[in-house]
Amino acid sequence: MIEAHHLTKTFKDKKRGIITAVDNVSFTCRPGQIYGLLGANGAGKTTTLRLLATLLQPTSGTATLAGHDAATAGVQVRANVGFLAASTALYGRLTAREMITYFGELNGLTEDAIQARIKQLADELDMHEFLDRRCDKFSTGMKQKTSIARTLIHDPAVMIFDEPTLGLDVMTARAIVKFVRDCRDRGKTVIYSTHIMSEVEKLCDRVGIIHGGKLVAEGTVAELRTRYGEQDLEEVFVKAVGGEAALTAALKN
Amino acid sequence: MTWKNILTVYLKELRDSLRDRRTLISVIVIPTFVMPAMFFGVFKIGSQIVSKAKEEIPSVMILGGEDSPALVAELKASKKIKVVAAAADWKQQISDKKVRAAVQLPAGFEAGLKVGAADPVIIYNYEGELKSTFAVTELERFFRDLRERTVTARLTERALPATLVKPFDFRRENVAPPEKVGGNLFGGIVPYMIIILCFTGAMYPAMDLTAGEKERGTMETLLCSPVPRVDLVLGKFLMVLTGSLSAMLLSLTSMGISAMIGGALLSGGGGGGAKLAAAADQAKAAGSVMPMIDPLGIFGVIAMVLPVAVLFSAVIFTVALFAKSYKEAQSYVGPMVILVIMPAVVGMLPGIELNAKLALVPIFNLSLVCKEMLSGVWHWNYIALIFGSSCVYAGLALALAVRMFNREDVMFRV
Repeated sequence: MIEAHHLTKTFKDKKRGIITAVDNVSFTCRPGQIYGLLGANGAGKTTTLRLLATLLQPTSGTATLAGHDAATAGVQVRANVGFLAASTALYGRLTAREMITYFGELNGLTEDAIQARIKQLADELDMHEFLDRRCDKFSTGMKQKTSIARTLIHDPAVMIFDEPTLGLDVMTARAIVKFVRDCRDRGKTVIYSTHIMSEVEKLCDRVGIIHGGKLVAEGTVAELRTRYGEQDLEEVFVKAVGGEAALTAALKN
Repeated sequence: MTWKNILTVYLKELRDSLRDRRTLISVIVIPTFVMPAMFFGVFKIGSQIVSKAKEEIPSVMILGGEDSPALVAELKASKKIKVVAAAADWKQQISDKKVRAAVQLPAGFEAGLKVGAADPVIIYNYEGELKSTFAVTELERFFRDLRERTVTARLTERALPATLVKPFDFRRENVAPPEKVGGNLFGGIVPYMIIILCFTGAMYPAMDLTAGEKERGTMETLLCSPVPRVDLVLGKFLMVLTGSLSAMLLSLTSMGISAMIGGALLSGGGGGGAKLAAAADQAKAAGSVMPMIDPLGIFGVIAMVLPVAVLFSAVIFTVALFAKSYKEAQSYVGPMVILVIMPAVVGMLPGIELNAKLALVPIFNLSLVCKEMLSGVWHWNYIALIFGSSCVYAGLALALAVRMFNREDVMFRV
């Protein structure tokens, strides 16, 4: 379960003064559900997810993940969260096995538990062939599989995906989408940020449209279509953020 | 803070660093092979240049002296100098190093000497030039000898004893223990090298584990783990410290072994022949200096270096952590080498003595106290003060590193 209450995050910028990256964002994501965070570049998706993963501290507001408060119990939150983003890379000089083992150890798992889990994940993700090769020699697909195994080593209840298909080829992106769906089917709480409409349509049970740091619309894909009177999700998105002019202005900023 | 977490992070960083070529070069290859090779290379080349310069018979020009034929003949007969024909451009020739020195014999020198009214002899040289200095030394020895012979002759003429002008003699005898001599010779250079190696050994691991990780995107991955940040900092910091200490210890060991092997090879090679005998003598001379560094001093130096290595590691770690990329970190950390070298060089200069105020100046105090310890001098009050102050500085730097690691604007700087 993820519960965000009035999450706000501001940054100080020498040139632009105080910037509000996330502005009073509240939503709830339940187990066995994928919550899609849809927004343009710079809308505040990554900051929101970093707040949930306790990488950043909110300026105000609270977030509870798997029953733990993000502000006061960061360690417990992270122990129950798997965070996968385009910016979470692998240690190139370690092998896939060493990489996954390292994160298993950091999560406090025993040696036996780690080895058993690695075997299980390698079976599921078809990783045996490259498990003992160094990550810097991997193809994009191999890297993504290793990253997924890294996020799943401690079998977290909550999964946070920040644009996980960014820059991936079609086949790898499809594999990721399938994996995210599997996570939901296993009863995990999943939050998924993207700006790709088709992924939202395919995956998300609920969608939050974020613009200028604010959550401007929320609901199921069907509810949003009805509310904005559009079938095309892209049109729904443009209307929700206040039209093309507002979107262009935000992108310029 | 749990040691298990710290150890996990440390062991991973150690494994990762041992696979990083840049770190291996700076922590193992350069200190073990390049530094001793450079040190002995420079020492060897320097001594070769000096001995070669000593072997060369310097060319000297005699200006004037037409009315002092006996003196000129004596000068020409000297095997230590080579008299060349006088030329009008003698000054230029000295500047061009064609002639090493010129001696101006005043008019009527020999005649003046006989009646006790000789004008002074002037020796022209090129100040600061090694070979010119050797020529001057020979000329001064020649004229000092001439003066003494003249005095002796005059005393004999008057039936006076030689003790009239030389009532007593004096000589110089060394009371400093051999390790003190060795310490003074090497006491300056050893701490200097240790300080530099401690710094450069920490540089690359520190940059790789901070800015390098940020650049490669693995820092965010690591921060997602449920390990308190203080544990992450300490694990990484221990790796940086390992780099710093490894560079220093490997270099010291390598230099010690090189010195021993070099000495043994030279002294064991005396199988006859002037050259080999000379080499053995040289080795004996070198051997009488090298082991004369107080061995206890070496351990003292290593103990004193520990908090400074912590200080270096923590400071470089903090500075590199601020950078967004490896390249940016290099541009911050690179100039810091000068900040470290300057106090180390000043501490190396002879004549600067340790006092309570200087004992509080980081790096500089280490340089001074190491010089003393290697000479077998143990000022325990200063040693305690320096060790204590270094520990305080190191603690503060480490606390700063932890603080910086917890700052969002540093970790997610855009």
